[in-house]
Amino acid sequence: MPQAAETSPTSLFEGAEQGYSIKLDAFEGPLDLLLHLIRKNEVDIYDIPIALITRQYLDYLKLMKELNLDLAGDFLVMASTLLQIKSRMLLPLPDPEEGEGEEQEDPRAELVRRLIEYQRYRDAGLELGARELLGREVFVRPCADGCCLEGFAGDDGPFELDLFELSEAFNRLLAKIPMARAHEVAGQDTLSIVDAINEILTRLDGQDSMEFESLFQEDMSKERMIVTFLALLELCRIKLVKVIQNSRYGTIYIFPSVPVTDDNGVVDALPFT
Amino acid sequence: MHFPSLNAIIEGLLFVSDGPMSLDRLTELLPDYERASVRLAVQELRDDYEQRGSGVHLVEVAGGWQLRTVPELMPYLSRMVKGRPARFSQSALETLAIVAYRQPITRQEIEYLRGVDTGAVLKTLLEKRLVKILGKKDIPGRPIIYGTTREFLEVFNLKDLKGLPTLREIQSLDEVPIFEVQEELPLGGEQRGES
Repeated sequence: MPQAAETSPTSLFEGAEQGYSIKLDAFEGPLDLLLHLIRKNEVDIYDIPIALITRQYLDYLKLMKELNLDLAGDFLVMASTLLQIKSRMLLPLPDPEEGEGEEQEDPRAELVRRLIEYQRYRDAGLELGARELLGREVFVRPCADGCCLEGFAGDDGPFELDLFELSEAFNRLLAKIPMARAHEVAGQDTLSIVDAINEILTRLDGQDSMEFESLFQEDMSKERMIVTFLALLELCRIKLVKVIQNSRYGTIYIFPSVPVTDDNGVVDALPFT
Repeated sequence: MHFPSLNAIIEGLLFVSDGPMSLDRLTELLPDYERASVRLAVQELRDDYEQRGSGVHLVEVAGGWQLRTVPELMPYLSRMVKGRPARFSQSALETLAIVAYRQPITRQEIEYLRGVDTGAVLKTLLEKRLVKILGKKDIPGRPIIYGTTREFLEVFNLKDLKGLPTLREIQSLDEVPIFEVQEELPLGGEQRGES
């Protein structure tokens, strides 16, 4: 079945009911983040409560800073724009005589125009991406490999996921476990990290890649899922696999980064076994 | 073997062609036939494929006709295709959409619309030949202007640029056009009309 690309930005500040959730998401830029905040607060884009949005925006920047993420200059520029708008809205109306002939505009108007414009193109981009693309859904005879799309994996992809994105993906899977099973006492089904590592490597053997989600089966216990996840982290650390995503919110793939097994599918010499 | 029909000849031409074939090109290759009958044959061929429920169909794309597999085959065909399926990041799609709808456009204009640096994305789109340099804008600094390519139309299954999906207005937040509301705000132009 065609896999619809997961596109919408999700879950900033969401999922707070779970203590361990990572409240972080990657945004394509300050406008993307602002749109998210506007939607999340369900406020009117034409009448943005600037103090509220500015505060949440700054909270997000703070979070990025705390997590030592690269705080792109674009985000800081927008922060100062928001603060400027906020301060202008606090000022009294200019003297009518001085302002004569000049159009008095809402300080937010320019930002709103940009947000709306941005959203139009963002949506148009998503619509384009959902089309039946040559080399993805549709193929032509002389270039079954997708001559035009060959090797195209996005502007900055394929990129390795950072820990937060991986944790978030894992949290999404964990959230799917029914509550009743979440409290299960560990049964006989115990699995050591080394076993889990071998299991992952065995499944990866002979394959170019596998999907992150396929590591975890529905009937797995929470413990087993966590062990599997820790095994994956360990594999990343010792650089036996790469965890890669072609696009933000896209499917996560696990690649063997070096041939790690012999012909019989046996792992040779894990560094710590 | 009996004499091949025009439909069969065109089918053969389209089969061996390595890109979309325009009506002009077909007519040029088939000097013995009228342009109108070539056009009719192409349409009949297209309907044939359609009615037969074939795995291949004839699509009008990037100003020409091309035999392509039907999208429903994707799950089967992608097994044969090497590597991972092509994917576009959101930033690539955003940038591509802006270039497609607003061309000719400078990098600075794209960056204003997106609010982020777009150099790397543009570079990749250029390398993948989805975007090309159209020239330089006649303003100070002579910035480069960009537009989409024929490959863009091919990849995105578009007949021409007019086939782009229409830009939708912002949805689900508010239906009121922007300026109508702005005028009512307390900071609006109440001061005017005093002289």
